[in-house]
Amino acid sequence: MHGVLAVDQPDLFYARQQMAFSLGAHIILACVGMSVPFLVVLAEWKGQRTGDLVYATLARRWAKAMGVLFAVGAVSGTILSFEFGILWPRWMGRFGDVMGLPFAIEGFAFFLEAIFIGIYLYGWDRLPPRVHLWAGVPIGIAGVASAFFVVAANGWMNDPTGFTIDPSGNVARVSPWGAMFNSALWPEAIHMILAAFIVGGCLVAMPYGWAMLRGRRTRYERVGLLLPLTVAMIAAPLQLLAGDWAARHVARHQPAKLAAMEGLYETTKGAPYHLGGIYVDNEVKGGVPIPDLLSILAFHDPNAVVTGLAAVPPGDRPPVNVVRTAFQLMVAIGTAMLGLGLWMLLAWRKRRTIPRSRWFPRVVVVAGPASVVALECGWITTEVGRQPWIVWQVMRVRDAVTDAPNIRFGYYLLLAVYAVMAVFTMIVLRRLMRVPLPDELGERA
Amino acid sequence: MTLADACAAVMFVAIAVYALLAGADFGAGFWDLVAGGAERGRAPRALIEESIAPVWEANHVWLIFVLVTLWTAFPTAFAPIMSTLYIPLTLAAIGIILRGSAFAFRKASETLPLRRLFGVTFAFSSVLTPFMLGAVVGGIASGRVPAGEQTGDVLGSWLNLTSVLGGVMAVVVCAFLAAVYLTADAERRDRPEMVRAFRRRAIGSALVAGVVALAGVAVLNHDAPDLFHGLTHRGAPLIVLAAGAGVATLVLLGRSEYALARLSAALAVVAVLFGWAAGQYPYMLEPGLRISDAAGAHATLVAILVVLGAGAVVLVPALVWLFVLMQRGTLAGEG
Ligand code: HDD
Ligand code: HEM
Ligand code: HEM
Repeated sequence: MHGVLAVDQPDLFYARQQMAFSLGAHIILACVGMSVPFLVVLAEWKGQRTGDLVYATLARRWAKAMGVLFAVGAVSGTILSFEFGILWPRWMGRFGDVMGLPFAIEGFAFFLEAIFIGIYLYGWDRLPPRVHLWAGVPIGIAGVASAFFVVAANGWMNDPTGFTIDPSGNVARVSPWGAMFNSALWPEAIHMILAAFIVGGCLVAMPYGWAMLRGRRTRYERVGLLLPLTVAMIAAPLQLLAGDWAARHVARHQPAKLAAMEGLYETTKGAPYHLGGIYVDNEVKGGVPIPDLLSILAFHDPNAVVTGLAAVPPGDRPPVNVVRTAFQLMVAIGTAMLGLGLWMLLAWRKRRTIPRSRWFPRVVVVAGPASVVALECGWITTEVGRQPWIVWQVMRVRDAVTDAPNIRFGYYLLLAVYAVMAVFTMIVLRRLMRVPLPDELGERA
Repeated sequence: MTLADACAAVMFVAIAVYALLAGADFGAGFWDLVAGGAERGRAPRALIEESIAPVWEANHVWLIFVLVTLWTAFPTAFAPIMSTLYIPLTLAAIGIILRGSAFAFRKASETLPLRRLFGVTFAFSSVLTPFMLGAVVGGIASGRVPAGEQTGDVLGSWLNLTSVLGGVMAVVVCAFLAAVYLTADAERRDRPEMVRAFRRRAIGSALVAGVVALAGVAVLNHDAPDLFHGLTHRGAPLIVLAAGAGVATLVLLGRSEYALARLSAALAVVAVLFGWAAGQYPYMLEPGLRISDAAGAHATLVAILVVLGAGAVVLVPALVWLFVLMQRGTLAGEG
């Protein structure tokens, strides 16, 4: 009874859009949920140790925003759990027991996160300061753990292990631990967690860059900018290494995805990498070729053979330009982040402060959204690059989708709800930012 | 007891805890909705906000826990439930989104118009979500979700008498639990006026729940004979227990024994849920799918139970700490 039947689902496109859209929204909040608790605890710790009101104030203000974003993040994650079943019941019905274990473990991480965020936010000034500080630590740890486990499930979709398909087409010999510790897990999870620190750091620093552009350059803005941005900039060079690791993993396990990331048609020895350009008629037009670079990136060997899209049946090729553009943008932004980090490092070594240039706060303001773009692009690379498979070379997306009618209306409804929610999240965050600072921090209105 | 039964039992415990904790949070939203204008409603709304703010997110996680256990341990039940009942489930999910974010937004807002908008959204979605989840339970319990890969009737599975009964019952029970808990909370916080107000609501909603339950007898007899048979046979002792605990709650409320009333109210709700489970056993989806058929691979069931055991070691102390701090009134910081 487990044979895979083709599904007649005219709304397949909407199902994919809905999944992509709700994941794309969730991941921003998830990154905040992983990194911002650490930033808040760091600021609170500095404040407690030095008695410095600037740090104490920053910690409190960030914590308020974190509380709001955590709530939105939690409910946006809940939707995803529903959607797994609502949109892809055949995938879940067939493989739920293979790939479900990490989600069950993740559930405990969610519990801890939610429990400690309640204690941390509402125990301020009520718990002894040390206890309060320590109550903040599990929030971030649990956030990172939940990312680890959910990426384990995603890694399994890219590198499905821990089961076999028996001759009658049924799933057999299930090993949930084997599925969880698939080979894609480590590079993906580490790349993801680093991304969270880049995104969280850049987003938290952004409003202080903005304030500086408007002429407010007190120590409060400097610290508010420097602490989160430093965290992000420590992660940035590591991210390059993790990205390289991820790329080499893709090269070995998902050659079609790698070929789409570059737009490589023919299998090539010493394959080039094109900067920019667009893929038409089986080649990249208008890009700047760099000889051998793709082989170097993918296999650390200029003479390595890289499989091209021609090796894959036309129906099983991912949409090249989407994947390729997303990948290029991610790498460009990642490289630019490295530049920003170097700039900060030089300024710090010279004058123990942030760069003096007018351009610096501008760059910081751009870095926030840019980090989010890199994040989304990375996921587009991974997810669209996996197409047409929901489980790499095991199950196609069109065989996984529900056969329920009219699912596009759910998508429309969700779009409307998310649009309204995004607007109000912004309004509430702006209001939180405008709450006046304590008097001791200066005479600002 | 087989491994599959053990997993189903754990899942059912999680459903019951979700109903008791998150159910009360939803019920609090119901009382927020009917608390009256800005002036009259200020005191009850303040009590509601203080009582649920630090805990609702942790309470909500029980639902996630139920979902992931269902799809990991019983994938072939998860799939048809989610696809056949996708409409009420989507509406419940949207209610969850609106409730959570509106509540957080309200806490972070100062101005009256915004607070009002978020407040209404919070309160309205607090009714929508339990109604839809109750309707889902009604659809499952009345055997309207066919097992297998073909999606069932996406309308009839939840637009039927049993589902309406489930939805209404869920809303009423949430309101009842919330009112009982809030009475006890108000007493602990020394707000006699709120004690009286919520005690009245608790008694009122208990009576409504009783009436709905009696109507339910007729509805189920007519609309879901298998379920009715289960509830009146194997589930009967639990249903009797539930009725007894409900009456006891009324008596305890009358005698101002609020801490005990809280326990007996919880007992009543748990007994109904387990009565349903007992009545339906050994089926996951009547009439075609037994718990043992729906269960996933043996190795996975073992893994889940191991994970649950290990996770409980971490979870229980943290949960206990949260509730102790809550009961002591420590978690009343600014938030
Ligand atoms: C701040 C965000 C960010 C930045 C700056 C980068 N990435 Fe990234 N990348 C992600 C955020 C991200 C991600 C979190 O969105 C993804 C999606 C899936 C994953 O594991 O990480 C990702 C995926 C991803 C993949 C696909 C992995 C797969 O399909 O399994 C590759 C090959 C790279 N990245 C490579 C890079 C390289 C070479 C970078 C050089 C600078 C880089 N990334 C910067
Ligand atoms: C949170 C960051 C993520 C983002 C932004 C993201 C993005 C996307 C996108 C763009 C698609 C659509 C692909 C297409 O149809 O062309 C998609 C599909 C999907 N993703 Fe992800 N994804 C993320 C993480 C995950 C994770 C962690 C999982 C599972 C554990 C997952 C499961 C799925 C599923 C089941 C689909 C639908 C089937 C498919 O189209 O392949 N995603 N995602
Ligand atoms: C790589 C992609 C993902 C990452 C890194 C991630 C990470 C996180 C984090 C850190 C949180 C904490 C809440 C917050 O910060 O606001 C969270 C919440 C949540 N996520 Fe995700 N998530 C991802 C994808 C998914 C997917 C695919 C699902 C479901 C199928 C999911 C389900 C949930 C749920 C249910 C919550 C709410 C937990 C609660 O109530 O506290 N997430 N996620």
